Amino acid sequence: MDYNKLLTPTVLQMKPSGIRKFFDIANTMEDVISLGVGEPDFPTPWQIRKAGITSLEKSQTRYTSNRGLEKLRLEITNYMRRKYQLSYLPEEEVLITVGGSEAIDACIRAVVSPGDEVIIPQPSYVCYEPITQLAGGVPVIIETKAENAFKLTPEELLAAITPRTKVLVLPYPCNPTGAIMEREDLEKIATVLRDKNILVLSDEIYAELTFGGEKHVSIAAIDGMWERTVVVNGFSKTFSMTGWRLGYACGPAPIMAQITKIHQFAIMCAPTTSQYAAIEALRSCDEAVEQMREEYDMRRRLIVHGFNKLGLTCREPKGAFYAFPCIQSTGLTSEEFCEQLLYSKHVAVVPGPAFGQGGEGFVRASYCYSTEHIKEALHRIGEFLNEIK
Amino acid sequence: MNLKLLKLLSKNARLKDEELAVMTGAEEKDVHNNIAEMEKEGLIRGYKAVIDWERIDNTHVSALIELKVTPKAGLGFEEVAMKVSQYPEVESVYLMSGGYDLSVTVTGKTFKEVAMFVAKELSTIDSVISTTTHFILRRYKELDVELIGKPSDDRGNFSL
Repeated sequence: MDYNKLLTPTVLQMKPSGIRKFFDIANTMEDVISLGVGEPDFPTPWQIRKAGITSLEKSQTRYTSNRGLEKLRLEITNYMRRKYQLSYLPEEEVLITVGGSEAIDACIRAVVSPGDEVIIPQPSYVCYEPITQLAGGVPVIIETKAENAFKLTPEELLAAITPRTKVLVLPYPCNPTGAIMEREDLEKIATVLRDKNILVLSDEIYAELTFGGEKHVSIAAIDGMWERTVVVNGFSKTFSMTGWRLGYACGPAPIMAQITKIHQFAIMCAPTTSQYAAIEALRSCDEAVEQMREEYDMRRRLIVHGFNKLGLTCREPKGAFYAFPCIQSTGLTSEEFCEQLLYSKHVAVVPGPAFGQGGEGFVRASYCYSTEHIKEALHRIGEFLNEIK
Repeated sequence: MNLKLLKLLSKNARLKDEELAVMTGAEEKDVHNNIAEMEKEGLIRGYKAVIDWERIDNTHVSALIELKVTPKAGLGFEEVAMKVSQYPEVESVYLMSGGYDLSVTVTGKTFKEVAMFVAKELSTIDSVISTTTHFILRRYKELDVELIGKPSDDRGNFSL
């Protein structure tokens, strides 16, 4: 068998995630203190788990409608209105998906034809580029700058737009930089886009995790943007429900109808148990979410302070749950830094370039860990820095 | 700020002033002073580790004792509660609603020692009408901390 002749060149050329490669090394070691994972350490709030269990007891184990349970879609529209002042019709403007990931995939596939360009600000989450390539699209990377707090600027966006541009991916609050786009930042982006036929794919999975008094603003809530935006969100980060695999997309009906077809043929419907649990999440978990957010906030302050004290400049992340300290002062590349730190001190952080070349000189440290864990990791990183001086 | 400090300390009393200051966004000296003040005022009564004694020795026996008590005129349950609290064997004393009045936790080295303490000391107090002793066989969770198994992180480094 010549497997390489079977497999598509696109897939063969696709690089596995740089995060994975690193974890594979970490997984072979004992006693690793990881600041690696991008998932909450809190258990799913009990009332959500209980709603899942109850649905199983009631044998609610069949397919749901392709779009997802009507009740859940209704709750999502209420939630979007309550949290982000966004109005959607549950019947035709909401689709429940298998995590935010599926929503991103289906949305890009619905819009991108071979040769079309997708603008992707980086450093950012790792999936946008390969998914674009799978659709035959051409990723156009904008490297956001530390001096702009890793925000996307209108100038950068304008320079990247060509007649072939179909989609702008807007990944804020941003994994791994912790950057957010505030209302005035979004207004400027909107000014660039309002007269263009470009779809904004706004990945807002970390929307509920913003800090320092800044509430998340969705670009869809900016004048003239609703009709050109698909908002992707989900339950994984906000409600600590990563393993339930549940997300959703909201957008204008003509786009959602097409995305729904892809979902229908590829997936059928999102997991039924998860959907029932998610109804409970949206109805009754504001307080639990707020408690988790407060806890993240305290850890965030602790880790940022810790890095700066060690001489690794770390700007204050305003969203998500990652610190993104600069390691250039060590004279090492990100990859070298992470590898040496892992081998000598058994501390796992992720090299910035795993999120795009613009991440060189930085590492990502998740603070989804207990304060004791974070303190121990910082302690070991301090020892490491002393040893390589 | 004090409420935030108390919440943090109630979960982890080993956090240093500097860390508490960073986490709450307050000045370190304010944290230091406020904690000292709360200690002085008796808002903070002490700092203790949560220990799984069963793994250290098997000579650690605890029991919950239900006490039925005749309240004294003017003093209610205060007098007897204070009296019970004085014994070093007594770990906690609560006034309860429902079927009995005082709930008392007693610790000792053996079942017999605890039972004898109840018989000789607690049940002989004047206003105590009756006692019921329930021995604690296993502790699963104490002071918000689970005592079963080793603390572990079951996240599998699978996320991107």
